[in-house]
Amino acid sequence: MSGSEKPELIINGKRLDGRMPNQLRDIKIETGVIKNAVGSAYIEWGRNKIVAGVYGPKEALPKHVQDPEKAIIKCRYAMSPFSGVEDHSRSGPNRRSTEISKVTREVFENVVLLEQFPGGEIDLYIDVLQSDGGTRAAGITAAAVALASSGIPMSDIPFAVSVGKVGNQLIMDMDKIEDNYSDADMPVAISPRTGEILLLQMDGNLTKSEVSAGLSMIKEAGETISKIQREALKAPYEKILERYKE
Amino acid sequence: MKIRTITEDYIRDLLAQDTREDGRGLLDYRPISIKTNAIPNAEGSAQVTMGNTKVLAGIKIVVGSPMPDKPNEGNLITSAELLPIASEHFETGPPSPEAIELSRVIDRGIRASGMIDTKALFIEEEKVWDLFIDVYTLNYDGNLFDAGTLAAVAALSTCRMPRYEDKKVVREGNIGMLKVGNPITSCTFAKIADQIILDPDSNEEEFMSSRLTIANDENLVRAMQKGISGAFSPKEIESMIDITFDKSKELRKLVGNLKE
Repeated sequence: MSGSEKPELIINGKRLDGRMPNQLRDIKIETGVIKNAVGSAYIEWGRNKIVAGVYGPKEALPKHVQDPEKAIIKCRYAMSPFSGVEDHSRSGPNRRSTEISKVTREVFENVVLLEQFPGGEIDLYIDVLQSDGGTRAAGITAAAVALASSGIPMSDIPFAVSVGKVGNQLIMDMDKIEDNYSDADMPVAISPRTGEILLLQMDGNLTKSEVSAGLSMIKEAGETISKIQREALKAPYEKILERYKE
Repeated sequence: MKIRTITEDYIRDLLAQDTREDGRGLLDYRPISIKTNAIPNAEGSAQVTMGNTKVLAGIKIVVGSPMPDKPNEGNLITSAELLPIASEHFETGPPSPEAIELSRVIDRGIRASGMIDTKALFIEEEKVWDLFIDVYTLNYDGNLFDAGTLAAVAALSTCRMPRYEDKKVVREGNIGMLKVGNPITSCTFAKIADQIILDPDSNEEEFMSSRLTIANDENLVRAMQKGISGAFSPKEIESMIDITFDKSKELRKLVGNLKE
């Protein structure tokens, strides 16, 4: 939230890193980076570097956590102790990461066809190796690709991104310094096929019309993000095709 | 296919007729009562009942150290506990993700509203006030988010402010009140069978597909949190924001009455 020594975040319509207000950071996604995992993805989203991995479906253990009607998802979002520019931070779960793990799990409970694996368990790991703001959104975007690449059936490939506010200006995809001094932050995950909202958090201050405008900006940015996700999923197969052509 | 129970079918049937188990309308709160200074030993406290949901918020203000990145600001620390006494579904042990989410959502609303000026909690170099808000769930019958936020805000609004004098904390006698800004309240909605209801009770929470909490003051949305695996459309969210601005007037009035 805003501090007293707040830097000017938008100068002549441009942001500190040169982006326009509605511009995403560069996003790169690669699949198959963790060989042991059933599916995995590595995402570079601006200066964020995050790896997501999927194990399962397997029998849910201990037995009392099993759901006879469907599979359960276990999700762990964690930041490495060396991920930030600040001091070494303690590894392991804290209140923030526990909450993010929960809301991330809920996103994927919506799209994974859990009924196909009664009594089963799907493990989803999101490890933030380097952080620069917006890691929960980048993590969800990467985890969606990891899950899709694992072949676990899903109704859609969700994406996530955050909209923020500086003064009266809504800005897309805040980095860490923007996040530190912004007037609002609203991370959202969307199922692009239906347009439905799977994750919505917000803090700061927004009017109702700013919430609506923010959601529209996120939907539009989603077209870019979804395309990057799909291309990442296709890339390994395109490499194989190339080899056959030669 | 999910197997539906008799209770779920009953709730759905009632909603189809625009009513609920206790006869409420879809967008009505249960009766709410607030009792402040329930725990005189605490600097501030309030017990809130919302139907059969009962929560108690207590505030302690103690001398602490500032965070390294905010040397001139005190600390606001919000926790929520789902006590095993409050429900057969709550267990002893470390806080569950649900309890952590509850405490972080209550914290987010209060923090984002600027209700507490953490700069005013500065004492002297390396010394600040730590303001602890602890929300205790005594009986669970749904909607801990709104009841918890209301209890915390009611406790803050009637909280005594200790003095720091001659290297000692003075809590008794002639002390002032904690300065608070505009109160924040929250409205929590549940979606069951494509219908949206306000203030879900525990049966409704068991069968809701998604949940949204919106915290606001008079003019602005200050915090939001979607929960559970179901989804909302942007239109549904916009309509819930409208309802929140309308319904929160009742809640703010309850808090406003405390000061008089």
